[in-house]
Amino acid sequence: MNRQTETSEKKLTRRDVLKMAGIGGIGLLVGAGGMKTFFPQPTQAEPSASAAASKGDYIPFYGKNQAGIITPMQDFISMAAFNLTTSSLADVRKLFQSWTLASARMTAGQPVDDEIENPHLPPVDTGESIGLAPMKLTITFGLGASFFDDRFGLKSKKPAPLVDMPRFNSDEINPDWSEGDIVVQVCADDPQVAFHAMRNLARIARGKAVLHWMQEGFQRTASADPSGSTPRNLLGFKDGTNNPIASEPKLADEIVWANSAESPSWMTGGTYMAMRRIRMRIEVWDRSSLEDQEATFGRHRHSGAPIGKSGEFDDLELGRKDSTGKPLIAPNSHVALAHMDGKVKILRRSYSYSNGMDVKTGQINAGLLFICFNRDPRKQFIPMQQKLASADRLNEYITHVGSGLYACLPGAREGGYIGDTLF
Amino acid sequence: MRKQWGYPLTAIALSSSLVFTGCGSSESKTTSEVKPEAAAQTEQKTHAATTPELDAAIANYHKWVIEQTDLFVKATDGFTQAVKAGDIEAAKKQYAPARMYFERIEPIAESLGDFDPWLDAREGDVPAEEWRGYHRLEKALWETKSVAGQEKIADQLLQDAKQLRVKVESVEIDPLMLVTGAVELLNEVSSSKVTGEEERYSHTDLCDFAANVQGANEIFKVLQSSVANKDPELAKEIELRFQELDQALAPYQKEQDYVLYTELTEPEVKKLSQALDALAEPLSKMGTILGG
Repeated sequence: MNRQTETSEKKLTRRDVLKMAGIGGIGLLVGAGGMKTFFPQPTQAEPSASAAASKGDYIPFYGKNQAGIITPMQDFISMAAFNLTTSSLADVRKLFQSWTLASARMTAGQPVDDEIENPHLPPVDTGESIGLAPMKLTITFGLGASFFDDRFGLKSKKPAPLVDMPRFNSDEINPDWSEGDIVVQVCADDPQVAFHAMRNLARIARGKAVLHWMQEGFQRTASADPSGSTPRNLLGFKDGTNNPIASEPKLADEIVWANSAESPSWMTGGTYMAMRRIRMRIEVWDRSSLEDQEATFGRHRHSGAPIGKSGEFDDLELGRKDSTGKPLIAPNSHVALAHMDGKVKILRRSYSYSNGMDVKTGQINAGLLFICFNRDPRKQFIPMQQKLASADRLNEYITHVGSGLYACLPGAREGGYIGDTLF
Repeated sequence: MRKQWGYPLTAIALSSSLVFTGCGSSESKTTSEVKPEAAAQTEQKTHAATTPELDAAIANYHKWVIEQTDLFVKATDGFTQAVKAGDIEAAKKQYAPARMYFERIEPIAESLGDFDPWLDAREGDVPAEEWRGYHRLEKALWETKSVAGQEKIADQLLQDAKQLRVKVESVEIDPLMLVTGAVELLNEVSSSKVTGEEERYSHTDLCDFAANVQGANEIFKVLQSSVANKDPELAKEIELRFQELDQALAPYQKEQDYVLYTELTEPEVKKLSQALDALAEPLSKMGTILGG
């Protein structure tokens, strides 16, 4: 994904063609799988912040869309939800104005603000990113359903697609890791750059909003895989083979960006983010046979190819049967269910996480910080997850323990601020 | 009490028999023990960096510190008498309220040498043979449940308190001490009170919490006009955050006391901690009055 934007154009073009052939004219396009590469072109007529990924390691903050959505995935994430402690809309406006200015500076590799030369005051910037490059830092803001309760008089502005996430089969959702008034997704190719940004945003928020949850995540770094092949999740399988090519404007409009057909006008240029904290039962998975593991995913582990095929991007052909008449790819395998008959697509942008050891069990506390963007979760993420939750063979090895749905605001123009179409 | 100390005990005998006043009552009447020349003395300690306005603020604060220390001696007297009389229930009742006077002025006590380790060391903060003060008696009252043989510790505690009162009379306070002291008080809360680590046996951490915040508020009050002159927005924000923190603490106050730390749920602790951070952040910018 990351630098693949520049280097793997050929390969993607080939996939692109296959994909486009399969899609032709469908409303919502489909695909399971997480994070294949996108081209860094604008997705709409106007330039977007995420479009500039190709300019060195600096991704501009301002643009029609927020960066960090169709931006090729960076190596690290720091993500947090905040709850507002103020009940004044003026304070919320001020918070987003301050956050916007700080974000624009930090994504450009600058400190959060100019230092005041007074030794009796704490430094304005916390300092751990001094001298560091911007490292493709992006900062993306979204609003949870709770933001639209009675506190700020914005109840009537709540977008219809921003529903309460339904309870899915076998969910074990912990409220401490779920929802929140505001979500902030910080991504960068350096973990310290990402942490620095989140820390300073949290500091700016003090007195107006408090941290509700925070989680850091990673994937293999681009330097570990210069070819930019599909990354693997912590279960060892390639994750994201079928992700849509979000750099394709038509595709992004159909899959990702809010549309006036179902979203209010203030969401133009925005999108909806679904977040799921998925704990993986690492130890249990490690004890299952290769055959079981591959049958669970519906793909071969090494190549990522559909069962019975040799190429990662080969067509699934779910109808294929073995000599005894049984489907080669089990109907309850992850890939078969997530395929959704090719009719529903989401843009996945997930990271792995490890929170060290579970002190209760002594096991490894790790999993997937699943993030996806979609134009209308009622028609995309939610039906897909309903299907997966009800039958996915993978459920034996994973538990959904955190959940959130957020309306990601449109991008801001220089001089404006994130949220100015709403506030 | 945060650091490690190890010092020989010094005993200064003063006598006093004052009556104890209750927990949470920061507004308790001041005693007639305040030496009239106390406030006047401080005004001579003008430092280069100060202004007449700051000098006045320091004088006001010094006066208040002396009042608090008088009340501390009085309350410590009542507490140690109960310990020596073997009246465990009476001693337990007086423990947290007495400590609050000290917690309000902790940065000043810390600037005066070893009063903090003498009065406020927790077990393990100092070598076992040097451990004395409030927390040693706390352990006897709540953990060992016996005050037999604690008379010496009680006497020493009262002497230490009285010696603090003597030292406070002539303490040198400069504007930087005030500004950093306010934040230090809140950092005390962050590092030990909000985690329930200060009062291991009595679990009266919320009394210390409230007292530290009151101490910081007192500093802000004397500096408020200076802050407002330099940065009116900042002064307004600090004032608001103090109000919000008071509101956050209010549900846990019962009459003159606070609920035990162990009665708080995890979300309640988090809420208090975050309200404290919301105040400490703007408070840390009070240094703006000292110029660059």
